[in-house]
Amino acid sequence: MKTDSVVEKVLKSGQLVVTSECGPPRGANPDKVREKAEMLRGYVDGVNVTDNQTAMVRMSSLSACIIIKQMGMDPILQMVCRDRNRLAMQSEVLGAYAHGINTMLCLSGDHIHFGDHPMATNVYDLDSVQAIQMVKKMRDEGKFQGGADIDTPPKMFIGAAANPFADPFELRVARLAKKVKAGVDFIQTQCIYNMEKFETWMKGVCERGLHKQVAILPGITPMKTVGMAKYMKNRVPGMDVPDEIVKRMGGVPKEQQAEEGMKIAVEQIQRLREVEGVAGFHIMAIEWEQKVPELVERAGLLPRPKF
Amino acid sequence: MITAERKPMEEILECINPYNRILLVGCNECVTVCAAGGRKEVGLLSTALQMAFMKEGRTLEVKEITLERQCDPEYVEELITYIDQVEAVLSMACGCGVQEIARRYATKPVFPAVNTKFMGASERQGVWSERCRGCGDCLLGLTGGICPIARCSKRLMNGPCGGSTKGKCEISPDVDCAWNLIWERLKALGLEKKYEEIMVAKDWRPSWHGGPRRIIREDMAE
Repeated sequence: MKTDSVVEKVLKSGQLVVTSECGPPRGANPDKVREKAEMLRGYVDGVNVTDNQTAMVRMSSLSACIIIKQMGMDPILQMVCRDRNRLAMQSEVLGAYAHGINTMLCLSGDHIHFGDHPMATNVYDLDSVQAIQMVKKMRDEGKFQGGADIDTPPKMFIGAAANPFADPFELRVARLAKKVKAGVDFIQTQCIYNMEKFETWMKGVCERGLHKQVAILPGITPMKTVGMAKYMKNRVPGMDVPDEIVKRMGGVPKEQQAEEGMKIAVEQIQRLREVEGVAGFHIMAIEWEQKVPELVERAGLLPRPKF
Repeated sequence: MITAERKPMEEILECINPYNRILLVGCNECVTVCAAGGRKEVGLLSTALQMAFMKEGRTLEVKEITLERQCDPEYVEELITYIDQVEAVLSMACGCGVQEIARRYATKPVFPAVNTKFMGASERQGVWSERCRGCGDCLLGLTGGICPIARCSKRLMNGPCGGSTKGKCEISPDVDCAWNLIWERLKALGLEKKYEEIMVAKDWRPSWHGGPRRIIREDMAE
């Protein structure tokens, strides 16, 4: 074992990992974090805490992670390259580990253009691949990116994101290979709706043996309404929502759409768990966290292992 | 070249409002090529400013001059003949030119009439786009001649990110995804393998993060 991460332990045990996420509030109320995290207790192995998601200012990921850790749960620290240089990133990794946070995600981050401070500066001292290299070096070599020794290195289980649907598609396996080469331990993907395309990508991943070096957790996001399906199809960069999904959501009365969305998500999980290389699921129920337990249960992912 | 765009008229007028006699200085280099501050633009701006003053019942005397290179002390020296006859200088050169005038004529106010934008190339008639950020450690040899520092919105050195769509950047369908361009170019060169070499964290010292930069050529410096 490289770390004490529950995600690593579940993977090691050969079981499917289940993670979900908790977006910190746009304010300083810690109870908002507690409420969202509490809903997930016992249903997931790790709770991603987003980092100024969509480039909107929120309570810091680290602070919300600490709150969740104090609840006896297992937060996953998300860290974007957009807002911090390598000094700030490394100090945050040390601080997180000092608080018992041992799992994190290295991300480029949504461009500032999309958020509520489009006038701010983009940092991007590093990109996500370089961030993975940095955290790995801190863990395995006990050295800072700049080369100096670390007294008590942070043993982080290192995650990253992948979007199998972004263009150019032919580059998507190669980009994952770069993250693997950099030292990533697990991957959470963009929300999957186009099953065939995901399976094509996964096949490419397996052909190169990458699934043996990195755990891949497809992203699952249940749709609430047909409006959400259309929005994700047309407005979210890098999202691939096939017409059948939109049609299926629109094909039922409004009051049944949420249930239809849940059904689709359950079917997706059942189909994907059979795909070679799939090591678990990352459930992103956007502003719908209360549905995660039901989805995990209906998809047959309970009980979660205890360590 | 260094590209520039003229500032809005209101902003220029506000700068020169306290004065009645100004020196309007163009530059014959980059800003001429990008049609922001050459001889022609100096003439146009001069007329527009004088008309704006006239509308308010005032008179503005404008001495127009376009230097060969405003970033070069040798040419900026030419202003010595006129500098005492004016109350302020309005420069249509890039920020380098404005600063050269400020350095040479310590007691004369100088204002920029253009916003200096970027180092770029001409895409087509009337369109210029950014190509170089002057990072001080050129990596174009590794990226097929397309710069991710200047042309990727996230400055990713191991792109493309998950927002690349049909060859365009997630921030706008008008912006090319630099990594898509790099990939296409690597393919054309038969260098696909190169893509998988990780570009390690950049040393930003040779760039703007190392403080103001200088080049000293020992063989030339006196």
